[in-house]
Amino acid sequence: MIDKFERRVLIITGSVAMLFIFSILYAKNSRRIDVPECLPYNKSYEEPKVVKLDSNLYQVYAVAQMWQFQPAEIQVPVGSTVDFFLTSKDVVHGFEMYEKNVNMMAVYGGVNKTTVKFDRPGVYKITCHEYCGIGHQNMQSEVIVNYPSSK
Amino acid sequence: MQLSRSLRNIILIELLLPITLLILGIYHGLMQTIYRSGAIHQSSAAHLDYYQGLTLHGVINAIVLTSFFAVAFGHATIAFHLKKEPNKAVAWLSLWLMVVGTLLAAWSMLSGNASVLYTFYPPLKAHPFFYLGAALLLVGSWVPLFNWAYLYTQWRKSNPETKMPLAVLGTLVNFTIWFVCTLAVAYEVLVLLLPWSMGWTNDVNVSLSRTLFWFFGHALVYFWLLPAYIMYYTILPKVAGGKLFSDLAGRIAFFLFLLLSIPVGVHHQFSEPNIQRGTKFFQSMLTFGVAVPSFITAFTLAASLEYAGWKRGAKGVFGWMKKLPYLDKENYLFAYMICGLILFVFGGFTGIVNSSYQLNNVVHNTAWLPGHFHMTVAGPVFLAIIGMSIYLMSNLLGKKIFLPRINVIVPYLWLVGVLIFSTGLMWGGLIGEPRRTNLGMSYLNPSHPLYHPQWVPTTLLAMAGGIIMTTAGLLYFIVFFGTLFSRKRTSATLDFPVTTAYHDEKRMGFFDSFKPWLVMMVVIILIAYVPAVIDVMKNSGPSAPTFLPNNPTPGSK
Repeated sequence: MIDKFERRVLIITGSVAMLFIFSILYAKNSRRIDVPECLPYNKSYEEPKVVKLDSNLYQVYAVAQMWQFQPAEIQVPVGSTVDFFLTSKDVVHGFEMYEKNVNMMAVYGGVNKTTVKFDRPGVYKITCHEYCGIGHQNMQSEVIVNYPSSK
Repeated sequence: MQLSRSLRNIILIELLLPITLLILGIYHGLMQTIYRSGAIHQSSAAHLDYYQGLTLHGVINAIVLTSFFAVAFGHATIAFHLKKEPNKAVAWLSLWLMVVGTLLAAWSMLSGNASVLYTFYPPLKAHPFFYLGAALLLVGSWVPLFNWAYLYTQWRKSNPETKMPLAVLGTLVNFTIWFVCTLAVAYEVLVLLLPWSMGWTNDVNVSLSRTLFWFFGHALVYFWLLPAYIMYYTILPKVAGGKLFSDLAGRIAFFLFLLLSIPVGVHHQFSEPNIQRGTKFFQSMLTFGVAVPSFITAFTLAASLEYAGWKRGAKGVFGWMKKLPYLDKENYLFAYMICGLILFVFGGFTGIVNSSYQLNNVVHNTAWLPGHFHMTVAGPVFLAIIGMSIYLMSNLLGKKIFLPRINVIVPYLWLVGVLIFSTGLMWGGLIGEPRRTNLGMSYLNPSHPLYHPQWVPTTLLAMAGGIIMTTAGLLYFIVFFGTLFSRKRTSATLDFPVTTAYHDEKRMGFFDSFKPWLVMMVVIILIAYVPAVIDVMKNSGPSAPTFLPNNPTPGSK
């Protein structure tokens, strides 16, 4: 029947797979690290804006279009938590802020959401990482995280 | 065995046409690394735009080459193992559909009317001929399945108690996966996109199109891979000088691919709106499932190679690695296959990263992704395809290999090139370098406001790898066409090395019949994809009009 080496390798493979799945579940449930949240579409998300809910709680309604992000520059203080909502007005675009592992697709007729906490000051670039036509390589915006005193 | 003239010609055309187009495909692979490294800051070079060339690179290398080869290799495998040839008219029909489709798509891409990349995501619009060409190519590649399935049932009637040959099982599994997954993309192309691009319908549901595309898109990668797997299981152990460690392991691996190749497509859409987290998580787990047959394969092949090393007189735990025929120029298939396997170790590990749910946030659509899949599709898949193409061509025509020593070095040079290239891309991806972007125009242009110097070393590394890969490609073309036009003749036959099994179990009905597996396949696909389609229908907003790549105004001509 089954070769003894085969049996051993099956057990090792199974254990490694379980370890991976456990890690994913731990990150998801305990550390709250997850893929973007999908929201039912609503036309109001097509209006780009930054909403200040609280001194360190912001909502950014980001809209991607050929070949720019609106709003193009977002300013928030250090320590703020920002909800990003994202949609596209035309073709598919990407929305990548790699320092914060933010990675979303902007799709016509779809709304994506993710939440980011900015603990350190700096300029965080948002790069379009899906081909969207001849101007694709120029499509970038930024989040500027200041010290509260400089506001 | 001897093939009929007709089938021999079909196979030869199916090898020569894509290998010729591959010259253009590889040329633009090299050009991309040059644009991206910032060595040039242009939107086009030699009348070929970056994104137009990127579309050609993807369509030729990943769709045309792979589909034509899978059909050619399938014809050869079925004819060789079942000793029966497919129906002549049907085989020619399949070839003509594929050729016409390829020409239509090639015209639209070369004339600059279809710079939408090989994933053709709407609402970017291509010329209707692009969609029509893609559909004809797909439909043409379906046709042989029915022919082969008929030959198999005939064979089964006269051999009720014999295990079907492993290569036949692999071929039929592969084309069944292909037929089922392409149903979705054929629907997307023919029902949603073609009328929309002709102006007969006004808009298209973008999320639904993308979901249908990825129902096809991940199974596509197994369609690329399984011909290589068939060679690994049924040819590699023989050319290494040993036996296949376990015949049953091969059967289980192929049937697991049948079950799990398709219901995992949503792992390409983790970053996407309109699909709920639960649906994504479930398909992430199924994607771990589809790693299982590859783990089985890794073990079985390593064990087979170890056995071959011992047969060649190796001693010690790792001695077998030194005894294998790495540079045997008479036995060059071994070189092509072992280099592919080495790349696939890294391709497999990075693939598990991609399927790991949250980790997708780190790598999605960054340069990491092409770094990963050049170690799969440009690794085992590509090397198996070009190695077997030259083998089939030289055997069917009875030609001696031109420059056999160069021929056996090509895969090693390619291996080194891909390792450097993919290291550059994956390193870049981890620090945010986007894929599918003409970086030299902005991010890698020191005089541009978006200049991003962190990506200088990563893109330079990728270019260095690209130059080595292109050199290997050039040498391959010299050997291939040198052999084709050579005057040195041997006898013309079709013969594959035939592997026997070390552990050869008795026939078990369950592992020698398609029915139970096809039923399970349908059930798993429904469980995985019904929720995905419901999510998309429930959450999607309005459908989108057409957009051209050079114009933000909707509906522009």
